[in-house]
Amino acid sequence: MMQTALQVLDREYLEARCSLVELAATFDRIDRASDEEESSEFNDSRLDLLKQALALLGEKSHLPNRSEQMLLLFSDLD
Amino acid sequence: MQIIQPHYHAIARTAQDYERMAMSGVVAVAEPAFWAGFDRLYPETFLDYFRQISEFEPTRAAEYGIKHYCWVAVNPKEAENPELSHEVLKHMPEFFDKPTVLGVGEIGFHKTTKNEEEIFEAQVEQAIKYDQLILIHTPHLQDKVRGTKRTLEVLSHMNVNPERVWIDHVEEHTIRGPLEAGYWVGFTLYPITKCTPKRAVDMLEMYGHERILVNSSADWGPSDPFTLQQCVVQFRARGYSVQDAIEIFHNNPARFLGQNPKFDIKPIRLETIEEVSSNLL
Repeated sequence: MMQTALQVLDREYLEARCSLVELAATFDRIDRASDEEESSEFNDSRLDLLKQALALLGEKSHLPNRSEQMLLLFSDLD
Repeated sequence: MQIIQPHYHAIARTAQDYERMAMSGVVAVAEPAFWAGFDRLYPETFLDYFRQISEFEPTRAAEYGIKHYCWVAVNPKEAENPELSHEVLKHMPEFFDKPTVLGVGEIGFHKTTKNEEEIFEAQVEQAIKYDQLILIHTPHLQDKVRGTKRTLEVLSHMNVNPERVWIDHVEEHTIRGPLEAGYWVGFTLYPITKCTPKRAVDMLEMYGHERILVNSSADWGPSDPFTLQQCVVQFRARGYSVQDAIEIFHNNPARFLGQNPKFDIKPIRLETIEEVSSNLL
């Protein structure tokens, strides 16, 4: 039997919270390292991809396929 | 590398932990009194628990060459029962004379209620009266900010020496207040609900290495004492030396806990030995 939305959230809220905090810490770590390098602003296409993925996470989707979209975002499609 | 595990709930763990900790460099653990997963009904149950962690656990740890120390207290969750708590407090000084009891802890707030505050203050007063170290738990998750703030407010009205107080389970959003007020702080590496090894090393990089302890708080929940070793690895992987790691994971606990003379493990330093071959003499 499928879980209810509430059951899923009850079970996975803390884990999702943890993943988000960990991700925030990762971006902080990159920013701190970048600040210390004192060179021009740090640019890397992978960082842009991560930021696009974050935006994707917050989008309202009519299909529950954020993970699929995210994996496609990280794929070389050409 | 030698490591001190400053917050570890041995009674909830198997001897396999001790064996593996010994194999991975742990030379001492300190066990605060905590919530057993259910609310106890009788003061005597606490007293037997204190006997277990002050008399029996040191013998179990010694089998693996690990020194075991402990703290006694009514934990924040069960402090919600003041009548029971006061009965336990009457007997706590009997344990302060035991050879491995380091102080009063872990005390503080769980839901930051009036009852919790009454018992928190009573235990801080008792620690001051008997010249004991103090270990303070800060609440979990959404309750942490409010509880930490109230902890600092309560302590500010009491005659405590901040250098003898360790405020535990701080994270990025609660570390500044306790550190700026002169207290020791602890990072607790605990899956999902507290800090991770990477974030702990981040905070070490941001706030320096002074008055900071790192621990696993391993207990009966889904926890792991070896998150401490994971943190050492993470720290070393970022380029810090073995001596830097010793400062944090051995010497800082030795410095804080060593304020109680019963804790006789001193800070250590790596040295290179210059050896001359006898053939050259």
